[in-house]
Amino acid sequence: MGVGASSVAFRVDSLFWWMTMLSVLISAGIAIALVTFAIKYRRRSPDEVPVQIEGALRLELTWTFIPLILSIITFVWAAILFVQMSRPEDDALEIFVQGRQWMWKAQHPTGQWENNELHVPVNQPVKLSMTSIDVIHNFAVPAFRVRQDVLPGRYTTLPFTATRPGVYNIFCSEFCGAFHSGMVGRVTVMEPREYQAWLSGATQMESPAATGQRLAQNLGCTTCHRDDNRRRAPSWVGLYGTQETLDTGETVTVDDEYIRESILYPQRKIVAGYARPSIMPTYQGQLDETQLAQIIAYIRSLGGMNQQQPGGDSSVPSTDATPGLEPNSGAPGGGAQDEP
Amino acid sequence: MATVSTPIGEPIRRPERRVRLTYLNNGYGLRSWLFTLDHKRIAWLYLITITVAFMVGSIEATLIRLELLTPAGDLVQAENYSKLFTMHGITMIFLFLVPSIPAVLGNFFIPMMVGARDVAFPRLNLLSWYVYMLGALFLLAVMLLGGTDTGWTFYTPLSTTNYTQNVVPAAMGILIVGFSSILTGLNFLVTIHKMRAPGLTWFKMQLFLWSLYATSLIQVLATPVLAITLLLVAVERTLRVGIFDPALGGDPILFQHMFWFYSHPAVYIMILPGMGVISELISAFTRRNVFGYRFVAASSVAIAIYGFLVWGHHLFVAGQSVYSAMVFSVLSFFVAIPSAIKVFNWTATLYKASVWLQTPMLYAIGFIGLFVVGGLTGLFLAALATDVALSDTYFVVAHFHYVMVGGMLLAYLGGLHYWWPKMTGRMYPEFLGKLAAITVFLGFNLTFFPQFVAGALGMNRRYYSYDSSYQIYNVLSTAGSTILGVGFILPLFYLTWSLKFGKLAPDNPWGSAGLEWQSPTPPPPENFEEQPVVLHGPHHYTRKEVTVG
Repeated sequence: MGVGASSVAFRVDSLFWWMTMLSVLISAGIAIALVTFAIKYRRRSPDEVPVQIEGALRLELTWTFIPLILSIITFVWAAILFVQMSRPEDDALEIFVQGRQWMWKAQHPTGQWENNELHVPVNQPVKLSMTSIDVIHNFAVPAFRVRQDVLPGRYTTLPFTATRPGVYNIFCSEFCGAFHSGMVGRVTVMEPREYQAWLSGATQMESPAATGQRLAQNLGCTTCHRDDNRRRAPSWVGLYGTQETLDTGETVTVDDEYIRESILYPQRKIVAGYARPSIMPTYQGQLDETQLAQIIAYIRSLGGMNQQQPGGDSSVPSTDATPGLEPNSGAPGGGAQDEP
Repeated sequence: MATVSTPIGEPIRRPERRVRLTYLNNGYGLRSWLFTLDHKRIAWLYLITITVAFMVGSIEATLIRLELLTPAGDLVQAENYSKLFTMHGITMIFLFLVPSIPAVLGNFFIPMMVGARDVAFPRLNLLSWYVYMLGALFLLAVMLLGGTDTGWTFYTPLSTTNYTQNVVPAAMGILIVGFSSILTGLNFLVTIHKMRAPGLTWFKMQLFLWSLYATSLIQVLATPVLAITLLLVAVERTLRVGIFDPALGGDPILFQHMFWFYSHPAVYIMILPGMGVISELISAFTRRNVFGYRFVAASSVAIAIYGFLVWGHHLFVAGQSVYSAMVFSVLSFFVAIPSAIKVFNWTATLYKASVWLQTPMLYAIGFIGLFVVGGLTGLFLAALATDVALSDTYFVVAHFHYVMVGGMLLAYLGGLHYWWPKMTGRMYPEFLGKLAAITVFLGFNLTFFPQFVAGALGMNRRYYSYDSSYQIYNVLSTAGSTILGVGFILPLFYLTWSLKFGKLAPDNPWGSAGLEWQSPTPPPPENFEEQPVVLHGPHHYTRKEVTVG
């Protein structure tokens, strides 16, 4: 399986080698039986008719239940490990990743961004919060044994903890057009102080939340979404992560996905007590994915309940994401490349 | 009523070979073939067309392997590489593998194995070939226009935006070919239900019939979903109606669910007929009923049913919830059980049998070995945590080639050699047959085994250029593919040669108990000279008794 450099690599490899061992034993057993029988019981005269054996129930049950039990053991093992792999740690470092044809962009919570490169501290849980601006991509780091599709119009998360300093490949693992195989990058795992040094070496820039605040003012969002007057629209203060009741009676958690949906499709899910149709205009076509993420970061920065989604459902990002990306600004010291 | 009772191993020889009416000399003009309603001639129409499709798909594969010989993308351009692997997948799956065993061997032998004169709807049978040809023409047009470049999986929004080319004609071609598959499946279902000879009860049916029955069931039930999905892709692409593209308000995961709802069962459309052929070969070349006949028969139906419930294992890393991933994972483990039952029973059939290692039997033994590897590696992808590490790598590519080529293609070649005397009235050259079978087996393993290693080390599929650390595995793979190519070209030549120069075949050269062998070789247009009545169980070898009259 190659060099393992994450907290789950050893456990994934153990499972892999367990299955490999079973597979080799089973295949070898069958191959030996086939070859032995084919030689030992080869036809010796043209009119030979062998004893007819129609079957044996006990044997059938044996070779049904033994594989079934082995299957269930393997399934449970793999499923438990998968749940552990999919659930981000509470104190994970949030990095926002954007995929596009054919490059990766990443932005750190402190604002630094990089292209086709990712710098992470060793032994620190990291959670990538990812989206695509065009087609489906897949962020894969074979050395970490992790892989997650990056979808347009949605956020997916990829948690990992790197455990060995070094430089590892990032591959796009979902076919995304002609230069799919060029959508590769490098992840550099560094000692925490080196990471801090790298961060400070990078150009300091406005945090995503601050950009989001400016955007929200310029677009007029805060004209209605005010804390001192909640008649026209819900206030954003303390909103993030809470449960809201909709006018249909359903409840919804205010997370990245819901905020994004409400900005683009304000008529879809209206909070109970507000007019339907909503007075809010759609911002579809006016905001790109980067700006959407910045506004979400701003709303999150205004506080709210910090609750984790159950089960680590990857389609619902957990609540402490720090999306945000500053395009067209200077590259940090991380050897960022421009798009091809 | 006359009971013919012949000891096994003493083929029925006709003392004098007078000119007898067979389906081959029953008319010679092109019209007598193109407008034939005889299922045996329609099988030949399919045989010729899928052979052409296989050659086209192989040329595409050859170019892919040559490109991957070196890490840099230097032989073809990146866009053309995408088109090559897309067209390779489409050609091999929809024009070759799906129709291969059902439309050629099934068409020829299902009516004979049920003891009928023809399939239930002979005109529909001919229509299905014309529908197939129409779809194939669409795909040929796509090729002449420069090909399509979405991957055979047509994932949205890549396929519904202008990043890709010629998607609509390709989707329509596949949709049309799909209808041909539905018509064939329907025909076989009705034939097996309604046309069985007197005495042929369900558990007296040969195992090939059971597996083709299960296949047809999937063809009829799953293919319409593919048609709907491709139609929606075409609608979104041309009319910009938001179905799958999030930019239009659609959901790309919805596409994947709909696509794999067909395409995973389609894997069983491709492998179940192969399993049926292997059961026939194992039985004929060991002179035994297959061990645990009822379990093997029932496992075909179990695979067909379970096959509908596991499509989500293609979406473990696609953004599906953890809970649905778990359900699909456990069901995918369960679908492996009936396949395992088949393998164990085939192996047990050889025990204390009379094993005759002719070419078809070599293919059968090769099939079992390769299918075991293909099946077990499938479990690495059904298990959640290992799938995360291996998904979309060459491990997956190697896995499905072990099942599709190592499994289905070997079964097809084995079946073709086994029934060749019955179909043509000529024997193929045995030595060349064995040589080709061994060449295919060795070449196949050298081509695809290194891909397991490359994939486990993280090499991604559909990569036009790759990290140089993976080169050794690609060099081995390309070397293996040249050997595999020789193994495929050999039968093409000697089988064609044998049509004119092969030894005349006796009625039953293998001494097989299959009902299809109880008719003269080559069969008369109506298959049997008199209506057969089945008195014995399937693959009955102590003595064979077929009552005619």
